[in-house]
Order: sequence, then structure tokens, then C-alpha cells
Amino acid sequence: MINFSMSKQQQMVKKEVAKLVKNIVADNAHDMDESGQIPADAIDKAWGLGASISMVPEEYGGYGMADSPLETALVLEELAFGDMAFAVAVTAPSLFITPVAKMGTEDQKKKYLPLFCKEAYAACTMALNEPRFGFDAVDLKTTAEKKGGAYVLNGEKCFVPMGAKASHMLVAASLDGKSQLFIVDTKNPGVKMGDREKTLGMYALEMNRVVFENCEVPAEDRLGGEEGCDFDAFLQRSRVGMAAMAAGVTNASYQFAREYAKTRVQFGEPIAYRQSVAFMLAEMAYEVDSIRLMAWKAASALEAGKDAKREAYLAKMYAGEMAMKMCDYGVQLMGGHGYIREYPVERYYRNARGFANLEAMATI
Amino acid sequence: MLDLEYSEKLEKVRMSMNALSKSMLRPIARKYDEAEHEYPKELDVFRGLSVMGGKKKKKDGDTDKKKEKVASDTGTNLGTIVTVEEMCWGDVGLLLSIPNAGLGNAAISAVATEEQLEKFGGKWAAMAITEPESGSDSGSICTTAVLDGDEWVLNGEKIFVTCADRCDAVVVWATVDKEAGKAGIKSFVVEKGTPGFKLEHLEHKLGIRASDTGTFVLKDCRIPKENLLGSSEVKKTEGFKGVMKTFDNTRPMVAAMANGVAKAAVDFTREKLEEAGYNLDYSKNPGNLSAVEKDFYWMEAHLDAMRLLTLRAAWMADNEEFNNLEASMSKAKAGRYGTLITQKCCELMGPLGYSREYLAEKWMRDSKILDIFEGTGQIQHLIIARNILNLSSKELK
Repeated sequence: MINFSMSKQQQMVKKEVAKLVKNIVADNAHDMDESGQIPADAIDKAWGLGASISMVPEEYGGYGMADSPLETALVLEELAFGDMAFAVAVTAPSLFITPVAKMGTEDQKKKYLPLFCKEAYAACTMALNEPRFGFDAVDLKTTAEKKGGAYVLNGEKCFVPMGAKASHMLVAASLDGKSQLFIVDTKNPGVKMGDREKTLGMYALEMNRVVFENCEVPAEDRLGGEEGCDFDAFLQRSRVGMAAMAAGVTNASYQFAREYAKTRVQFGEPIAYRQSVAFMLAEMAYEVDSIRLMAWKAASALEAGKDAKREAYLAKMYAGEMAMKMCDYGVQLMGGHGYIREYPVERYYRNARGFANLEAMATI
Repeated sequence: MLDLEYSEKLEKVRMSMNALSKSMLRPIARKYDEAEHEYPKELDVFRGLSVMGGKKKKKDGDTDKKKEKVASDTGTNLGTIVTVEEMCWGDVGLLLSIPNAGLGNAAISAVATEEQLEKFGGKWAAMAITEPESGSDSGSICTTAVLDGDEWVLNGEKIFVTCADRCDAVVVWATVDKEAGKAGIKSFVVEKGTPGFKLEHLEHKLGIRASDTGTFVLKDCRIPKENLLGSSEVKKTEGFKGVMKTFDNTRPMVAAMANGVAKAAVDFTREKLEEAGYNLDYSKNPGNLSAVEKDFYWMEAHLDAMRLLTLRAAWMADNEEFNNLEASMSKAKAGRYGTLITQKCCELMGPLGYSREYLAEKWMRDSKILDIFEGTGQIQHLIIARNILNLSSKELK
């Protein structure tokens, strides 16, 4: 039933995350971006919210709470509103934990979830993006070939969040033409951890190239075992997650630009009094809402146990287009100051491009 | 808790309205586009169906307003936007021509006294606001109403009145005191046949040709004192502001109209693409899509966004939440993007999109008005901007 009001639980979660972000990120986001580092204690504090592990059953170390795509969407938006690099760093483990929890075999869940469903943050992640023109999550060039009791992975991945710090990762590879996921220990001799990526945005986030050279993965580490997993189900949830983050980043740009426009005086009055400026802000206002509602629509379908392939795809596509366009407005509205790294809008602009270009930076 | 899934009940409303629209409106859509101004007699079956009417807003004294808040998705506003969207998927002009569902009916429902409701409630009422020199600036209207004994005497000219020919009565905005500005503006019910009230001509339009749009001239037109809509006391707080508030409810409906015609264009485009062998599977990286597929997904995505904003505005109205901002947001987005979506459909269809053999070209013509009437897209942006920036109309012009 259509309902635009949050439950008490949802309100509380949103408030909690917003408060934490305000305390530990708001003043540091600039420095994190400049230094390329996120303080470990900031990640630990946010990890303490439990967002990545709340839906994992208690027997594996989680909180055993109901899986709520909508609630996770709220969390991701608030984290990204603070800082996108921070949001990805904190929630990167979900890229491993959630697919294993939802699609892993009993043995896989028993073996791997407790390693990461702990009080302390332990990095794990997913390797999906590939450094090639025409990259496509459903047409991967990293391959998996069945050889005896193992799968052999070959290929190159890029933009793996927290790659060098992760002890384990899920690797997306094409098996007989279909995308599948494989649990890989990063100490596997076939894993060649590459350099830290030099990126357009999210400077504070560590991301790595990873090359897989005849990387042998035991058959029992194919996610879902012999039957494999529903990769599409993961992709849907990931795309919704990214759309939710996009709402946060775009909202941050909008809020900052709006305050600036109200106080910046030129020609004797605030620039907000000029239609050209006011109209850009009006558009930002409803596009932030639209990006968010598109993410919520997909999350809502998932929450009801329905397939959300179409909604998730469109939500990410919409976020990809509109987050970029609106964060562009954010810079523009600040004039020359928008170009200077002292102000956050240029960072939002750089971060916003990622929603169209990248996959698997987050997941519901 | 948050939920963007239609309830079973709401989905049933949508499906039945879609079936109605498909069987009743689509088959005659082209007919009345070509036969501009001919009365669509097929619509007589709709007499009595309240579409633009809406529930009568109770006066301030009502105590049941702040009772226990139980969220619902089957309120009047949600039901109406779902209905309106499906009807406009059929034909916008024909929706506007549904008997007894004029904008005047909405005004009457909103502010009429019990006596007025009895007298005029059953009539087909149009709304006359716009004048040759007063469009977006509706506060500047010059039609005058002077009290002379037991009668109001109206003088002026009203243009762009929807249902001008087919209606039984017209709700006319006039000023009782030009010096008082907006506070002097009231609405009056003028029945057809009243001496001094003449339908001058009907417009030939780009689109919604099935809808009769006309000009009225009022020359010493005398109406009973009781025809001043609402309480007979000249309250400063009511009048202009009160009728502007009806727009908070009708704005999402206009957005819903845009959503409907845009959906028609999207559905048609999908049909043609699938016929041509495209497999629209919502999975390929957008960078690997053909231009046509990418454009199609673009249409779908923006349509979804428009519909969600509209849904929100209507839900808020049903759940007693002030939705002035959200209503304008929905119309701002839907008006503009509905137009772009229908244009895109024609573009993608190539020659088929330029031919009157298909309805696509008509949808492109029909959708344009939805970004114009009931507050242009530019006015909507102004309303949104003033709201988010906390600026008055003096500060942000």
C-alpha cells in the first residue's frame, strides 16, 4: 500500500546515521579527500551501526534482523550525504557479506560470514568492474573455466573497493557465458593485487586493480556451490544501493549550493533572487527527490519480495544521469568558488560521475 | 512504513480505468481530434462520474480532521490521479470533455455553501480565470463585479475557458475592488443563458482538439447576489487564497494527465521496438545499448520519476499533509518531461511518428498544454524556488 511516511524504526535509523555522519564526517570529508585517507576509527565507528551485518542470522555473527532494502537505502543515502568515499569504504563488506548470506551454501555461510560479521571492521569486497571499453556486468571478460575440482579464473578487474585490505573477495566472472560469483582468498597465488587506483573522485577510498592469473578456486567456493547463484538478483540490489547513494551525494550538493545562493550577494542582493539561479535550485530540489523515490521504488519492490530488475536498472540509470547533471549545477551555482577544492561541491561533481560509470560500489 | 507498491485495491482501480480508457477513449481519440469542437456524444455515459470534482472540503469547524491518523492509499486524491492517468493514456482532450467534470466543478465542490451545492452541484461547470491581459498573473484580472441591489453586475472578457461550449455554467473570477488587489478577487457562478453572457468563439488549437476552449464576453451581466461562490461575507482570507488552494489538489492531477499521455507514448514505443526485434531486458550496461534502446530507457526512467512525484503529492493530500511544494514539483517535472517524452517517441518512430495514421503525433501535440495551463512550468519553478529559498514574491520575481 502506497505510503510515504517512514515507520518509527526507519525514522530512527535515518536519524542515527545522520547524527553519526555529522559527528565524524562532516568536518573531515575535505581532509580525507585531500589526504587520500579515511581514519580507521571513523570507519570503525560507522561499522558499529551494524548496517552490513544486521540482516545476517545470529548463528553466523549477525544481528538476525529482517532484511530491509528500504532501511538499507536510508542508511546508504545518509552515509553518502556525508561523503561517498566514506560510505563505500564502510559498506564495502556488504558486497561480500550480502551475496554470501543470501545465496551462499550452508557451508559457505558457516565458513565465511563469521570472519566478517564481527564487532571490528574486517575488509572484504567484490571485484566486478573491468578496465575496458564496453565493460558490462552481464558480459564479463574475466572468465571462469571448470578444470577438475576447481574453477580457474583469468582476467583483470579494476576499482575494487578496499581491494588491498580485503582478506576475501567475491569475484564476478563469466562461466559458460553467464556471470557468476566466486569466493576468493586474496592470498591465493593466482591473485595479483594491483596498485591503488588513481581516480576522478572518491580520492579517500582505496580501490585496487586486481589481476587473476590462472587463479584456482576450489569448486566449493563457487557462490551457491554446484548450482551457482542468481547473479541478476545481486545486480538488482547493487544498482538500488548505488541509486540510494546518488540521492545522498546530490542532496549534499543541493543543500550546499542553496545556502550559498541565499547568502552570496552580488548586484546588491542575494543571487537566489535571480530566476536563473532560483530555477536551477528548484530543479535540483525535485531531482534529488526523484532520484531518491526511484531508489525507494525499487527497494520497495524488493522489500515486498518481488523482482525489481526493471526498477533497479532504471533507478541507477536515472541516478547516473541526474546526479551528474545536478552536481554540475552545484558547482555552477557557486561560480568561481565552486571550482576550488576548499568547497565541497567540486568533490560532489567528481563523485557523481561514478554512478553511471561504475557498478558494485554498494549493495542493498 | 515506506511503501511504493500499489495496494491490491488501488491496482484494481488502475486496471479497470485502463480497460475503460482502452475500450471507450482510444477508439474515438482520432475522431474528435479531426472533428474539432464536435460534441463527443460517446462520453454521455460518464455523466455522474466525478473525476475532477474531488471530495468537498469541510469548513474549519470540523472536528474529525485530526482524528487518529491511519495511512491509506485509497483516498480521493490517489484514486483520482490513478484514474486521470489511465484516462489520459486514452485521450487527454476527451478526459477534459467528460460531462460535469469541469474545473468549475472542483471549485464548487471546494468552497460552495450548502445552498449553492444544491443549486449548482449537478451542473457542468467550467472555470473562467484567464483574460487577454492576465495569464500567469491571475491576480491582475480586470473583470469587475459590482453589487447593485440584489444582483452582481459583471463586465469583462475571459479567454481559454475549457468546456466553454458544453458547460451549463461558468465559475467566473472577478474583482469587487481593484484597489484591494488579490483580496478583491472572488468567484461567481454564471449560468448559460444569462443575458450579457456570450460565448464569443472557440479556439483552434495545437492539441487537445476534442476539448472545447472558448472566449466569453460579459457585458453588464446580472447574476443573483447568492451566486458569489462561498460565504456571502467578503472575507479577506478567503477568495483568492482559497481558490489558489484548490490548485494544490488539481496540480497533481495535471501532472497525472502528463503521466498518462507520456505512458501512452512509452507503451507505443516499446511495442514498436519489440516488433522490430529489440530485446528490452534492463540489464546491459547503458554504454552498450543502441541509441534507440538508450533513448527508450530514458523515456521510461523519467516517466517513472514523474509518476512517483505525482504519487507523493496526491498521497500527501489524502493524508492531510500540506503539499504545496510537492504538488508544484510534480507538475514542474511531469509537464516538461511529458512533453519531452512524447517528442522523443515521435523522433524514434521516424516517419511513423510524423504520420496521422498513428496516435503518436497527436500525443506530442496534446502533451504540450500540460506544461502550460494551471500554472506554467516556469510558474511552478517559481513556486518551488520561493518555497525552498524561503523568499517572497517581492524578493524572487
